[in-house]
Amino acid sequence: MTPREQEFLEYVQSGGQVETDDWLPEDYRAKLIKFIEMHGNSELMGVLPEREWILRAPTLQRKLALTAKVQDEVGHSQLIYRVVEDLGKPREQCLDDLIAGKSKFHNVFHYPTKTWGDVGVIAWLVDAAAIISQKALLKCSYAPYARIMKKICWEESFHILHGRDVILTMMLGTDEQRDLVQEALDRWWGPLMQFHGNPIAREEDPMYVWRIKSQGNEEARQQFLDGYVPQIWELGLTVPDPKLRKRDDGVWEYTEPDWAELKHVVTGHGPKTAERLELRRATREETAWVRRAVLAEAA
Amino acid sequence: MTDQVQKILQIADDELILGWRNSEWTGIAPMLEEDVAFSSIAQNEIGHARAWYELAARELGPTANELAFDRRPDEYRCSRLVELRLVPDWAATIARHHLYETADEERIAALKQSDDTEIAGLAAKIDREEAYHRMHAQMWFERLQDEPRFQEALDELRPLLDVRGEPTSELAELWEEMTMVRRSVAGATW
Amino acid sequence: MIYEVFRQERKGQAFAHAGSVEAPNEAFAEAYAREQYGRRGESAALWVVPREAVHEIDDFADELQKNYHRVDGYPLKEKLGKARERVSAKNADAFSAGAG
Repeated sequence: MTPREQEFLEYVQSGGQVETDDWLPEDYRAKLIKFIEMHGNSELMGVLPEREWILRAPTLQRKLALTAKVQDEVGHSQLIYRVVEDLGKPREQCLDDLIAGKSKFHNVFHYPTKTWGDVGVIAWLVDAAAIISQKALLKCSYAPYARIMKKICWEESFHILHGRDVILTMMLGTDEQRDLVQEALDRWWGPLMQFHGNPIAREEDPMYVWRIKSQGNEEARQQFLDGYVPQIWELGLTVPDPKLRKRDDGVWEYTEPDWAELKHVVTGHGPKTAERLELRRATREETAWVRRAVLAEAA
Repeated sequence: MTDQVQKILQIADDELILGWRNSEWTGIAPMLEEDVAFSSIAQNEIGHARAWYELAARELGPTANELAFDRRPDEYRCSRLVELRLVPDWAATIARHHLYETADEERIAALKQSDDTEIAGLAAKIDREEAYHRMHAQMWFERLQDEPRFQEALDELRPLLDVRGEPTSELAELWEEMTMVRRSVAGATW
Repeated sequence: MIYEVFRQERKGQAFAHAGSVEAPNEAFAEAYAREQYGRRGESAALWVVPREAVHEIDDFADELQKNYHRVDGYPLKEKLGKARERVSAKNADAFSAGAG
C-alpha cells in the first residue's frame, strides 16, 4: 500500500468520510462500485418475485401496500444506481452487465415465490435481513452512499411492518393460512441463513477494512437470529433447523448453511435466475425506444 | 340499484381495473424514475376505487373489498378501454392514460356538482390527486406526440372509451388472477 | 440530464440536498422529484435544479491569522482575571483605610 493509500485507510478507519470528487485508492473505488452495484441490482431483481403478487393481492389494502413496497424497491435502485453513475459507471452499463450475468445480485432474489405465504415471509424476514445489512452501511466511508442509506432504511421500516401484519393476519386465520406461512418459512430459511454471506473474519473482509460497511457477516447473521427467531417462535411457527438454539453466552448456534449453494446461486445458477434476467432483458428491449425518444434528445 | 350508484360503480370499476393494469408496469417501466411515478398513479387509482366502493356500499351493503373482488367478471361496469392488458407497449399505455384522464376530468367535474355532499366532497378530493395524473399524461403526450406508434395507439384506443357492458376474455383472465389468493381459502381474512 | 433535488422537511427548516433524478426536462424532473421525495408527504417543499447550475466550492484561503473576526480570537480569561484582581485590591485598600 502506498503512503497515500495508508493515510486514506487510517482516515476512513477513524470514521472519516469521503465525497465523489475526493481522491480514492483504486482498490477502494473498484470494490465500492462492485458492492454498491450489487446492491442496486438486488433491489431491481428483488422487484420481480414480488410484483407477481401485486396482481393477486387479496384485499385493496394489501394491493396498495404491496405496490407501494415494490415501488420503494424500484426507488431504491434509482438512488443506488445514481450513486454508481456518479462514481463513473453509467446506469445502462450496470443494466447491461446485470442482464449479461457479469454482475451479481443477492441470493434470495434467485428463488421462486409460490404462495401468499411467501409474500408475508419475504416482507417480514427477507427485508429484516436486508435492513440489518443496510443499517451497517449508514456510516459508510463513502458519504453519498451513506446518505441514501438513510432514506432507504427509513422506507424499509414500513416493509417489515407490512410483512408482519400479513403474517399475523394469516396466523390468526385458518389452518390452511397457517400452513401457508409455515411452508413458506420452511422454504425460505436456507436462503435467509445464507443471506449475510459466509463467516469471514471482518478484519479479512475488504468491505469492513475500508469501512464501506461497519459490520462483519457473522455479526449481521447473529443480529438477525437474535431479533427474529423469538418473533418466529412466539407465533407458534417452527424453524427447520433442529440445531438452532441460543447459548448461555448469547451466541446463536445453527446448522452450517450450504455455502456451496450460495456460491452456485449468486454466480447465476439459481432456480429463477435465467427466467428473471430474461424478463429484464425483454422488457428493457421492448422499452428501448422510449428511452431513445425521451432521453437521447437531452443528451 | 339507483342511477347514481350505477354511475359510482362505473367509475369505481374503471379506476380499479385501470389501477390494476397500470400496476403491471411497477418494476418494469421504461425508466426507473418513471417506474416510481407511474406506480403512484396506479396506487391512487386503486385508492379512488376503494373510496367510491365505500360510498356505493352505503346503498348496496357489501364492503369495498367485496365489491372489488367478489363479483363475477360480467358484473363489472368498467369500460373496454381499461380492461386491456397493454404491457409492454408504453405507447399504448400512455395513449390510454391520456384518453382516460381527459374523459375522467369531465366526469369528475360533473360529480363535484352533485347534490349529494358526500359524492361532491369525494369528487373534489379525487380531483386534487387527479391534477397530477393529468400533468403526467400531458408531459408524456407532448413528448410522444410525434411518434407514429403513439398516434396509432390513440386512434385504436379512442373508440373503446365508451364501450361498456360487454365483458371481455381479457377481463375474465385478469379477474382470475386478481381473485386467485382471495378465493384460495374461502371466507378468510387476509 | 441530471437534476439535483433539495428537500425541506418541515416549514422553517433549511433545504438540504436529498439526491438526484435523471430527466429530459424540467417538467419530468419535477414529476420525478415529487414522487421520489414527496409521495409520502415527507417533504414540505422541494427545489429541483439542473446539476450544471450547482457550483461547488471546497477550497478556502486562510493563510494569515484571521481570528480577529472569530470568537477564538478573543481569549479574555487572563485580562478578566487581572481586572477583577485590581478591583478587589482597591476595595481591600479602601477597607483598611476606612478601618484605620
